[in-house]
Amino acid sequence: MSLLDVENLRVSFDTSQGVVEAVRGISFSLGQERLGIVGESGSGKSMTGRAILRLVRPPGRVEADRIALEGQDLQSLGERQMRKVRGRRISMVMQDPKFSLNPVMTVGEQIMEAYLLHARDSRRAARRKALEMLEAVAIRDPERVMKAYPHEVSGGMGQRIMIAMMLIPDPRILIADEPTSALDVSVQRKVLSIMDGLVRDRGMGLIFISHDLNLVSEFCDRVLIMYAGRIVETCDAARLHEARHPYTRGLLNSLPRLDAPRARLEVLARDPAWAEGG
Amino acid sequence: MPQAATRRGRPAAPLAGLPGRVLATLGSLAVTVLGLLFVTFFIGRVMPIDPVLAVVGERASPEVYADARAALGLDEPIPVQFWYYLREVAQGDFGMSLLTARPVIDDIARVFPATLELATLGVLAGVVLGVPLGVLAAVNRGSWIDQIARLVALVGYSMPIFWLGLIGLLVFYGILGWVGGPGRLDVFYDGLVPTVTGMILVDAALAGDWTVFGNAFSHIVLPASLLGYFSMAYISRMTRSFMLEALSAEYITTARVKGMSEWRVVWVHAFRNIRVQLLTVIVLSYANLLEGSVLTEIIFSWPGIGYYITNALLAADMNAVLGGTVVVGTIFIVLNMLSDLLYKFFDPRAR
Amino acid sequence: MRAWLLSDAPASRRQARLGRLYAGWLTFRGNTLAMVGLAILAALVLCAAAAPWIAPQDPYAQDLAMRLKPIGTPGHLLGTDSLGRDILSRLIWGSRTTLYIVTLVALIAPVVGLLVGTVAGYAGGVWDAVLMRITDIFLAFPRLVLALAFVAALGAGIENAVLAISLTAWPPYARMARAETLTIRNSDFISAIRLQGAGPVRIITQHIWPLCLSSLIVRVTLDMAGIILAAAGLGFLGLGAQPPSPEWGAMISEGRRFILDHWWVATVPGLAIFTVSLAFNLLGDGLRDVLDPKSGGSK
Repeated sequence: MSLLDVENLRVSFDTSQGVVEAVRGISFSLGQERLGIVGESGSGKSMTGRAILRLVRPPGRVEADRIALEGQDLQSLGERQMRKVRGRRISMVMQDPKFSLNPVMTVGEQIMEAYLLHARDSRRAARRKALEMLEAVAIRDPERVMKAYPHEVSGGMGQRIMIAMMLIPDPRILIADEPTSALDVSVQRKVLSIMDGLVRDRGMGLIFISHDLNLVSEFCDRVLIMYAGRIVETCDAARLHEARHPYTRGLLNSLPRLDAPRARLEVLARDPAWAEGG
Repeated sequence: MPQAATRRGRPAAPLAGLPGRVLATLGSLAVTVLGLLFVTFFIGRVMPIDPVLAVVGERASPEVYADARAALGLDEPIPVQFWYYLREVAQGDFGMSLLTARPVIDDIARVFPATLELATLGVLAGVVLGVPLGVLAAVNRGSWIDQIARLVALVGYSMPIFWLGLIGLLVFYGILGWVGGPGRLDVFYDGLVPTVTGMILVDAALAGDWTVFGNAFSHIVLPASLLGYFSMAYISRMTRSFMLEALSAEYITTARVKGMSEWRVVWVHAFRNIRVQLLTVIVLSYANLLEGSVLTEIIFSWPGIGYYITNALLAADMNAVLGGTVVVGTIFIVLNMLSDLLYKFFDPRAR
Repeated sequence: MRAWLLSDAPASRRQARLGRLYAGWLTFRGNTLAMVGLAILAALVLCAAAAPWIAPQDPYAQDLAMRLKPIGTPGHLLGTDSLGRDILSRLIWGSRTTLYIVTLVALIAPVVGLLVGTVAGYAGGVWDAVLMRITDIFLAFPRLVLALAFVAALGAGIENAVLAISLTAWPPYARMARAETLTIRNSDFISAIRLQGAGPVRIITQHIWPLCLSSLIVRVTLDMAGIILAAAGLGFLGLGAQPPSPEWGAMISEGRRFILDHWWVATVPGLAIFTVSLAFNLLGDGLRDVLDPKSGGSK
C-alpha cells in the first residue's frame, strides 16, 4: 500500500480579478520513496505540499477527489483530527530557517514543543529526545544550541534544527519545500545528505519540492515536473535525460553543464497548450 | 496618539552592545530634557508679561525697576540666565505660584497623584480590553469582530474627548445617577482617610475604609473609562497591526505544521513575538494619558496636574505653567525613552 | 475620454499623469466609506463658503428673551444658546473657523517637516545629525501641554493656536520625508539626473519633493482629525478663538455650564466636530489605500 494517494487535487484563490487556479487537478501517489516535484516559481509545487497538510489559508480553496494517508481519507477528518496528522504523520521543512523558526523562542523550546505536542512524556524525556535529535543532524554542541535563539545560529545549522524539529515526532512522510534554496551552496549538500540519511533510516516517504533539477535528480527516485498547476511529466530520476516533454527538455537545456559547455544557454520556451493538456 | 508608530527605527546608535545602547539612550534623554528646558525658558522669556513689573508694580521708578531687574538676574546675558534657570530646576525650584502662593513644586507634588491614579486606571482598562480586541480582530480579519474593532478605533480617533466626557456626565450622572459627579470625592467624605500616597483609592484601601473607597470609585469610574476608551482605541489598533504581521510570518506555518492548536499558535507563537512591541506601545499610551488627561480633568474638575496647569494658565501664573510643563514633559520623555529601552532589553533579536 | 485616460500607452506625460489620477480615482470611488468622508468634507466647504447666505440668523445677534430654547423651536432649528443666539447659524459660521485652522496647520506643519526632512536626508552628515536630533527632541515633547504653554506665552487667539499646533505637529513629517529621501537619494535615476548636471536644489525640489508628496498627503489627511480635535480642545479651554466669534470648541465650553438642563447647547457643536474629524479619518483611510497601498491595514 502506498503512503499517500492524491487524486485530482485543485487549489484555487478567489481574488478581485476572478478565480486564480494555482493547482489544477494533479494526481500522484507516494510510497517509501523519495519523490521530487520540480517546477518554476508559480507552478503550484509549494501549494501542493501545503494543500496536503490542509494549510492553505482563506481565500485559498482546496478540492480533491481523494487525499489518502496510508489508506485513511484525510478530507473526512475534522480540524482536531487533522492536527494529529500534522507533525505526527506528515511533516514539512520550509525554505528559510531565518523565517521558519520562531525568533523569540529558544531552539530547545521549539524542538521539545514539537515532541510534546504528540507524545505523552515528561519535559525531561523531551529534552533528552531533543538532544539526541540534534546530534542526529550532526550538531556538535547540542547543549549550547538548545539554549540559543534562532538568529544566533547559521543558516545551515538552522535548517538542520528545522529537520530535527520536524522529525522528532517520527512522522511517516516529510515534505521538504525548497529546503536548501536559502542556504549557502557550500552547505546545501551537507544538509541534504543528513536529511536523506534520516529519511532512509526511518523508512519514510519524502516529497522534495525544488526548482533545481540537478539536485532533485541526485536525491530522488522519481520526479514530477509541474507547469502552471499541472503535472506535465513523471519519470525516474535516473532516466531524466530521456524525458520527452518539451518543457522538461527546456529545463534541462537551460542548465549550464561543465562537460558540454555552450556559448549561450537556452531560454525556456513556454507553450500555453502545456497548461491545458495534462 | 498615532504619532507613536513613527518612533520605531531611529538610526542605529554608534555604540555597540546593550550597555552602550543604554548609555546612548540616557544621552539622548539628557539632550531631550535639556531641549525641553530650553523651550520652557524661551517661553518664559518671550511671554508678553514682564516679570519685573509683576514684582515691583506698574508705578515703580526706573531705579527701583532696574534694581529689581538685576535682583531677578535679568540683566545677565541669555546663556547665563539659562544656566541659572537650569540650576534652579535641578534643585526643584520652579518659583512661587501666584495663584496658591506656595512653591510650584509643592503644588505639583500635591496634584500629581490624582493624575497618576486616573491615568493608571485608564491605561489598565485600555490594555485589558484593547489587547484581546486587537488580537481577535487580527485573527478573524474581515469578520464582524474586526469591523467592531475598526469602528471602536475610528470613533476613538474622531471623538473630542471633552465632549464625550460631558455627554457621559449628562447621561450617567445627570440622568441615570449611576456614578458620582465631578471631583474626586463627595464633600462629605473629604479628608476622612489620611493621605499616604495621594491616590485616594490606594489611601482608602490602606486605611481599610471601604465606604470612602466606594465613593472615590464612583467618582473615578467615568473619567477613567473615558481615558480607557481612548487608550483602548489606540492599543487595539496597534495590537491588530502587529498581530497581522506576526500571523503572516513563516514560523506560524511551522507551528501549524507541528500540529498545534490554533489557540496555541495565536497566543503562544504569535503573541510572544509581539509582546515587546506591545509593551512599548502601552508605555507610550500611558505617557500620552498622563499628558493628555488635561481636558478630561477639566471636565470632571479632577484636581490633577492638567487641571492645575490650565487654571494657572488662565490666571497668567507663569511659574506654575512652566513648572508643570517641565514636570509633565520630563515624565513624558522618560516614559518615551523607557519604551525604547524596554525594546532593547526584552527582544532577543535586539540583544 | 475614458479610453484615452486608461490607455496603456499614453502619448504624453500629461496623459500618463491624468491617467494615473483617473485610475486612482476609480479605486477610491469603490471605497464607500471614503466617499462618505469626501462628501461630508465637500458639504463642509460649501457651508463655509456660503455661510452668509445659508445661515438663517446673524450668529452674533443676541436675544435674551429667546435664550436656551430647545431644538426644534420655530426659527431656531437647533435651538439657542445662553445669550439667545441661533445655534445653527453659529455652527455654520463656525465651519469657517474650523476650515481656517485646518488649512493653516496643513500648510505650515508638512511644509516645515518636508523642508527639514529632505534637507537632512539629502545633505547627510552633520546636517542630518543636528536636524534629526532637533526633530527627535520635538517628537518626544508632550504635545498638548506644550501647545498650552505656547499659547500661554503668545496669548490666546486663533493664529497663536495654529502656531502652537503646527510647532508640535511637524516632526513626524520630517521623519517621514527623511526616510523617503534616503531611499530616493541613492536610486539610479537620481544619479542619472545628477550626471546631467542638476544641482541639489533642483534635485530636491523637482525630483524628491514630488515623490514624497503622496505619503505626505495621506499622513496629513489622517492627522487632520487630530488637528481639529486639538484646535477644538484649545478653543474649549478658552485659548483658541475668542468670544463672541463662533468656534465649535468654544461653543461646547459655553454650553458646559448648562449641560444638565439644556443638553443641546454643548451636544450639537460636539457632534459637528465629531462628524468632521470622522470624515477626515475615513478620507485618509481611503486615500492611503489608493496612494500608499503597501502600508495598508494598519493605523
